[in-house]
Amino acid sequence: MEEKNIIIICGHYGSGKTNFSINLALSERRMYEKVLLIDMDIVNPYFRSSDYSSALTEKGIDIISPIYAGSTLDIPALSPKIDAALSGGYQKIIIDAGGDDAGATALGTFSSRISGVGYNMLYVANMYRPLADTPEKAAQILKEIEAAARLKVTGIVNNSHLGEYTDIDTINSSVNYIDKLSELTGLPVVYTAVKRQIADESRLDINGLFEIDIHVIPPWKE
Amino acid sequence: MSKRVLMKGNEALAEAAIQAGCIHFFGYPITPQTEVAAYMSKRLPKIGGVYLQAESELAASNMLLGAAASGIRAMTSSSSPGISLKTEAISYMAGSDVPALIVNVQRGGPGLGGIQPSQADYFQATRALGHGDFQVLVFAPATVQEIMDLVYLAFDRAEEYRVPAMILADGMLGQMMEPVVIEKPQTSPHEKPWAASGHQNKRRHNIINSLYLQAEELENRVIERYKRYEIIKEKEQRAEEYLMEDAEIAVVAYGATSRIVKAAVKEAREQGVKAGCIRPITLWPYPTDTIAKYVNQVKCFLSVEMSMGQMVEDVRLAVNGAVPVEFYGRTGGVIPEPGEVLAKIMELGR
Repeated sequence: MEEKNIIIICGHYGSGKTNFSINLALSERRMYEKVLLIDMDIVNPYFRSSDYSSALTEKGIDIISPIYAGSTLDIPALSPKIDAALSGGYQKIIIDAGGDDAGATALGTFSSRISGVGYNMLYVANMYRPLADTPEKAAQILKEIEAAARLKVTGIVNNSHLGEYTDIDTINSSVNYIDKLSELTGLPVVYTAVKRQIADESRLDINGLFEIDIHVIPPWKE
Repeated sequence: MSKRVLMKGNEALAEAAIQAGCIHFFGYPITPQTEVAAYMSKRLPKIGGVYLQAESELAASNMLLGAAASGIRAMTSSSSPGISLKTEAISYMAGSDVPALIVNVQRGGPGLGGIQPSQADYFQATRALGHGDFQVLVFAPATVQEIMDLVYLAFDRAEEYRVPAMILADGMLGQMMEPVVIEKPQTSPHEKPWAASGHQNKRRHNIINSLYLQAEELENRVIERYKRYEIIKEKEQRAEEYLMEDAEIAVVAYGATSRIVKAAVKEAREQGVKAGCIRPITLWPYPTDTIAKYVNQVKCFLSVEMSMGQMVEDVRLAVNGAVPVEFYGRTGGVIPEPGEVLAKIMELGR
């Protein structure tokens, strides 16, 4: 996958896009000075990347949120700052899209701008999500997202996990699923996201291993 | 299907209903419960069910009354302001002795309020989910797995007693994701000889109705219903007791709040204060017996809620003046943090 200025994170609903986006932004920040995370999730008002903005801004990552994110107003409005940001000034822009085709619709608005700048679009998949639990279902949702976003997915992220029940078997059991998804779509598996602790303990050796920390957690685990 | 999957609370509400044989859903979108309807809209057409987005909340709950009157398992769901709109038909269901499931994924109120989690509809659920003399069964899950279990139980008990049942969740529980094991329910739907399902010239026709113009007749109907409520109060109280064996402070909390409370209780014990948690699983009937069991053991009770203090009144009724009953709450969509609850426990523990 050729390196591009913009990385879009899309995926089926509840696949773990937000947690992956936060980790990716933090990882990119280690290589680049000017990193921006755009929270484009105007579908789900809970557990979105805007909720974690202080952890990101502390590390020098800029964030653009939907205008009313974090307020109790349920109005799906995107910030005009997105347009300005796409015009230049950032070395890496990570876009956290909403789930499914409904969530990706907002991306469609910017598709020609994004195509002009150059992008990679990663499809995050978790085989333990009931409505995407077969490679066929996951591939179908991927197609629907591409149509809504008017952009093409360029790679797959295996984010198969079971929350706190995740262990090494959880991840190993997902390999066939993700390979089949890759075969069905003709897209490469770019990353396999694994909780840092599990990756360390099991000395996992897989191509594209991407160690992640869990940022999206309920208040009693903070 | 008995595998472990990762689900949102709202998805589990929907999938559990489907597993329980409920393939008729009537709803209307509202944050933070919209995933219940979204999930139903994706699943039900594939399994021969009916997903119907009504023109309003009231229409949806009247459709539920009609569907349930025919004897099938059916449900509706909404969040706080939407539940207020549904209450007319819920009262009709109670007055018609029709079992059905209503889900409330609570958000901040009053009015349109906000979209963040809340428990401020406790009074509405347990005191007056519509006009007239009636109660509905109210179940309060605290985990996504428990959502599945309580949806099964709610359908079963609603049919056994011929009363509507409510799952009272909150935005946090509806939106959070947890691993769940989907298992088939242990019980099958009850026989419903009363249902208006077509007599086919083989029996007298059944009438589902809540209108009784003769005062004595209506009174008799209500009295009969209240006799059932007494049986429910005797047999259906449910609560979890956590670290209560030697507790000196009993913290009472339900739903997502109970998980914050448990974290605080554990920390309080590490700091030398013997705290425990009583978690009501049924809110009506209220687990009065579990609370009352501890009045001679603890020095005080503390009710923690995402409201200005509603369930605390049921704690006071159960404690009946034996020991002090304190309250700590956040409202409007603010979720109390474990540290705040801990501070309150430590203050009482001194």
